[in-house]
Amino acid sequence: MLELKNIHWKLSEGEEILKGVDFSIPDGKLTVVTGPNGGGKTSIAKIIAGLYSPSEGNIFLDGKDITERDITERARDGIAYAFQQPVRFKGLTVRDLIEMSAEEKLKEEKICEILGEVGLCAREYMDREADASLSGGESKRIEIATVLARKNASMLVFDEPEAGIDLWSFGSLISAFERLKNEDGRSLLVISHQERIMEIADYIIVISDGKVSAEGSREDILPTLLKENSSEGKCPLGRSVKEEF
Amino acid sequence: MDSITEMLLGIVADRKIPEFKGAYNIRENSGCAGRQSSENIKIENKPDNPGIIIKIGSGAQKETVYIPACVTHGGVNDLVYNDFYVEDGADVIIVAGCGVHSDDEEEARHNGIHRFFVGKNARVLYKEKHVGTGKGSGAKRIDPVTDVIMDENSYMEMDTMQISGVTSTNRLTTAKLGAGAKLVIRERLLTDGDETAKSDFSVSLDGEDSGVDLVSRSVAKGNSYQEYHSVIKGNCRCTGHSECDAILADNGRVNAAPELYAGNIDASLIHEAAIGKIAGEQIIKLRTLGLTEEEAEQKIIDGFLK
Repeated sequence: MLELKNIHWKLSEGEEILKGVDFSIPDGKLTVVTGPNGGGKTSIAKIIAGLYSPSEGNIFLDGKDITERDITERARDGIAYAFQQPVRFKGLTVRDLIEMSAEEKLKEEKICEILGEVGLCAREYMDREADASLSGGESKRIEIATVLARKNASMLVFDEPEAGIDLWSFGSLISAFERLKNEDGRSLLVISHQERIMEIADYIIVISDGKVSAEGSREDILPTLLKENSSEGKCPLGRSVKEEF
Repeated sequence: MDSITEMLLGIVADRKIPEFKGAYNIRENSGCAGRQSSENIKIENKPDNPGIIIKIGSGAQKETVYIPACVTHGGVNDLVYNDFYVEDGADVIIVAGCGVHSDDEEEARHNGIHRFFVGKNARVLYKEKHVGTGKGSGAKRIDPVTDVIMDENSYMEMDTMQISGVTSTNRLTTAKLGAGAKLVIRERLLTDGDETAKSDFSVSLDGEDSGVDLVSRSVAKGNSYQEYHSVIKGNCRCTGHSECDAILADNGRVNAAPELYAGNIDASLIHEAAIGKIAGEQIIKLRTLGLTEEEAEQKIIDGFLK
């Protein structure tokens, strides 16, 4: 289980982005973190992966305080993180990245299987450089594939995985999330505005203005979000759902 | 043949002596340490200068010829002139690595002047790997000069790489392309410590529909310094692309000066260049996969120069 306790984080200019966030991510479940843009969702993901250090508060993984552990250590502790904006590499191929993630040389069939889960025709991509020659959508899918390849990671964090992905690939991604949760028993934290992702969530946490404004099971939270959205009313955060989602 | 030559051959030609098949010429400290011709590839001495003439017949199809050169100690200044005549329609792979080694205070140097005459419709893959080894303070220098003349519809790919340990290098490459000829150049250079590297390309696109694609990637670490200069001259309807990318580490410095000349309305020439340190986000991404910062840097550099 991953637990965030009283997490605060501020920009170097002093503006406080996270203002005391508390929540838990249970094992083997898919938790969606949602909420309006600028509310602090990506900051939470980066704090969990160790990219940002909280100014206050603690993070626990399976009861162990990992607040002071760096990015590499957290990865080795079992936290995997898919960036919202994929990083490009001149020279490193898709195969290189997948094998680094898997920490071993992989047979082509295995790489095909992983890339297939994000809707890529693997043999065309395996030996391509993960550089600017790839489209935004291709890069995004490869970024997600690097997390799917992390066989020793128990906590998978995806930051807006739907961005830039076509509908067909999105269907594959949904299936991959369900398989990771149901067959592999891994914990998923997905930052998303996407209804289809929320529909497969076990738990939904709404972040607004740097705090948890609502949380609960999908059955409890999603109908409210959808109702507010369809009636062009206000989301539980007090903002226009139509505007924000 | 001494053990240092064996070691250098393993690096620059990926071969040990018994593994050389077909045509080869092994140069060791300005002498010939082994030579063999094949049915389609004949190797003979040059009558006027030190070096060899390699005649590649049209019967050579995907055939490989090895011409590695090794300098195994200081005090050797090896100068060699090698001419390659590639007959019309031949298809050949030329492996021409060079290793210089010095365990003493004297300079070890190899200066290889290669000329290629590539016939009509011929195809050449030229692979060149350079390395400097040894613990001596003597400089390890490799100064290659490569001149290429390409006939109609010929194709040549030059895959050159300086791995490590070369104190200074001055690389000069010129090429003249006939109608429909295509030249692909992939250069990778790594310098460290106080090493210096100069790389100069001059490609003249003289025949209609000729084309060149030149990509140079380099890494300058330590206090090393590199200079890159390329000129692509489009004298007719042609295409030219050059790209020089450099990664800086430590106090490394790079001076890149690409140049394009369009002497015809239908010449289409492009240049791209980027110099900078490894992007922080690249290191962070690899760290999220479990690599340390040092491991991430090394992976990025290895991939960049691969």
